[in-house]
Amino acid sequence: MILAVAPASPADAWLERAPLLLRDALTGWLPDALRPWVSALLSIAVILGVFGLLFAYMTLAERKLLGRMQNRPGPNRTGPFGLLQPFADAIKALTKEDIVPRAADRVLHFLAPVVLVALSLLGLAVIPFGRNLVAVELEAAVLYFFAAGAATELSIFMAGWASRNKYSLLAAMRALAQLISYEVPLLLSVVPVVVVAGSLSTTGIVAAQGGWAAGIWPHWHALTPWGFSAFAVFMIAALAESNRSPFDLPEAESELIAGHLTEYSGFKYALFFMAEYLGMAALSAMAVTLFLGGWQAPLGLLEFVPSYAWFGVKLLLLLLGFIWIRATFPRLRIDQLTRLSWKFLVPLALVNLLNGGFWAATADWSGPAAAVRWLVSALLVVVPFVALARSLAAGYGPRTYRYAPS
Amino acid sequence: MLGKGLLQGLAVTAKNLVGSYHDPARYVTQEYPEVPPKLPEAYRNFPFLVSETADDPMGTLRCVACQICEKECPPQCIYIEKSKDKKPDATGKPQIYPAVFAIDTAVCMSCQICVEVCPFDAIKMDQEFAIAATDRFGGLLLNREQLAKPNAYYHQIHPTEAAEVDARLAAERRAAEEKARLAAAAKAAPKAAAPASAAMSPTRTAPAPTAAVPPPAPPPSSP
Repeated sequence: MILAVAPASPADAWLERAPLLLRDALTGWLPDALRPWVSALLSIAVILGVFGLLFAYMTLAERKLLGRMQNRPGPNRTGPFGLLQPFADAIKALTKEDIVPRAADRVLHFLAPVVLVALSLLGLAVIPFGRNLVAVELEAAVLYFFAAGAATELSIFMAGWASRNKYSLLAAMRALAQLISYEVPLLLSVVPVVVVAGSLSTTGIVAAQGGWAAGIWPHWHALTPWGFSAFAVFMIAALAESNRSPFDLPEAESELIAGHLTEYSGFKYALFFMAEYLGMAALSAMAVTLFLGGWQAPLGLLEFVPSYAWFGVKLLLLLLGFIWIRATFPRLRIDQLTRLSWKFLVPLALVNLLNGGFWAATADWSGPAAAVRWLVSALLVVVPFVALARSLAAGYGPRTYRYAPS
Repeated sequence: MLGKGLLQGLAVTAKNLVGSYHDPARYVTQEYPEVPPKLPEAYRNFPFLVSETADDPMGTLRCVACQICEKECPPQCIYIEKSKDKKPDATGKPQIYPAVFAIDTAVCMSCQICVEVCPFDAIKMDQEFAIAATDRFGGLLLNREQLAKPNAYYHQIHPTEAAEVDARLAAERRAAEEKARLAAAAKAAPKAAAPASAAMSPTRTAPAPTAAVPPPAPPPSSP
């Protein structure tokens, strides 16, 4: 965590400084040489605790919301409103028999879930959760984040390979095909943000989104035409990267047994589950940082709410969006999945790169020129979208159901 | 336009999310153990024995241990032992009664054939479905004390059917009474003329032709 405190008045509020004060109270008595180390360990403990609990309650929220969206109550037996359900699930996962196939590579089989969780957590280190609340301040934080995220694919293949099961292996290869396909639009959608903000550091990107146009319109990237397009592509790619419905065909509970998780049981399976949620949370946190202004308040009036609360609210909204999408859309086929990536998202992201470049080049346009800038940028989003949608939808007319009652 | 269907789909689930909190028509789940299910009237699973009153179920069983159900039962889950003595039934007529009447619900296949064949309307289908037991042999073998349930309970679970059965039984009982009255009158008339033939007439007229309803106690007739 960073010691420097911005001189602006909202930064001096007591609630805003509470995490730093707590950190100083806990580490202040230590010798100077030890302090950064303990401070780093403290950040790790806080991230593990907060995101561990977030994972636990995300599973509950997901089951409750999915239930409600299907007109069911969801889990409501364990504790009031089912609030103890995550702990019951944890006890169940811990007490289950841990089955390792005889032919499996025992070391890799054990290592895969551990590595996956570790790599999923790595990305959280560079997210600025609030003003001055970032575990590691890196100049190339965005690069680091996506490098750590891409490494998770390795452990998925590790799981499929070590299980020594042809279904696991095939599913792991499918998972790799999906994850690598979607790395491309994911990264391409981030490049314009880096171009416009002029920084690879997450704190720099958040700082670039501070302030309000005309006092009410936040300078968040998602609220610009190119940023909105990049945000949409990023979120779709993030869905696929975190194996979430409608792109959950690596696991595809109903068709494959569990894909690369076929030979995993008990707590190892729970670790994969945890890694999925941590990855989802990390990508959502990155989306908040890159596009939704990070910890910035949406209105100047609301700056009295501490920055980490704003970050939490935005993060939760994105995660609820993931759940909403899961409740709504059916799973894609593998050909539809890759088609969506290569024929739709990648071209859109490439055009958007141009758009971001235009936006960065015209940063000093003002007055009527600013309106022209917005118009051109919006056209650069809408025209490719409509053209691509038209051309891709050609030949896929509205489906007719000959035998179903109309 | 690409994406229109996606947004429509999202609207559907959002409506469900909001609607399930305030619209009972959407939220169809019943909290089962706390809220007993509303079973349809025609629901049936295991048989029970009908008794006339709730106070003395063993004394007022309609069953006369004729053993037709035992013989008809396809999976042979009914076991009946006839009594050696006779006890007065609901109408006061002495009848054999089942000393043992047991149904093994682990074997019963809920076919309702016992109900179809019973000439006395003594066995009917129950709606009790939660009969899980920890002892699969003793716990699921129901004896006559467990099987006997009053007619009022039958009215409660199958009102239409029970009303029809009661009306039929009452009509048969009235018909038998009428017949007995006519027989008594016919007996009284020749008795005035020829008292010697009086000994013959009861055997010819008194037993009801339908065995379903035992005739009520014969009206006190003058000898």
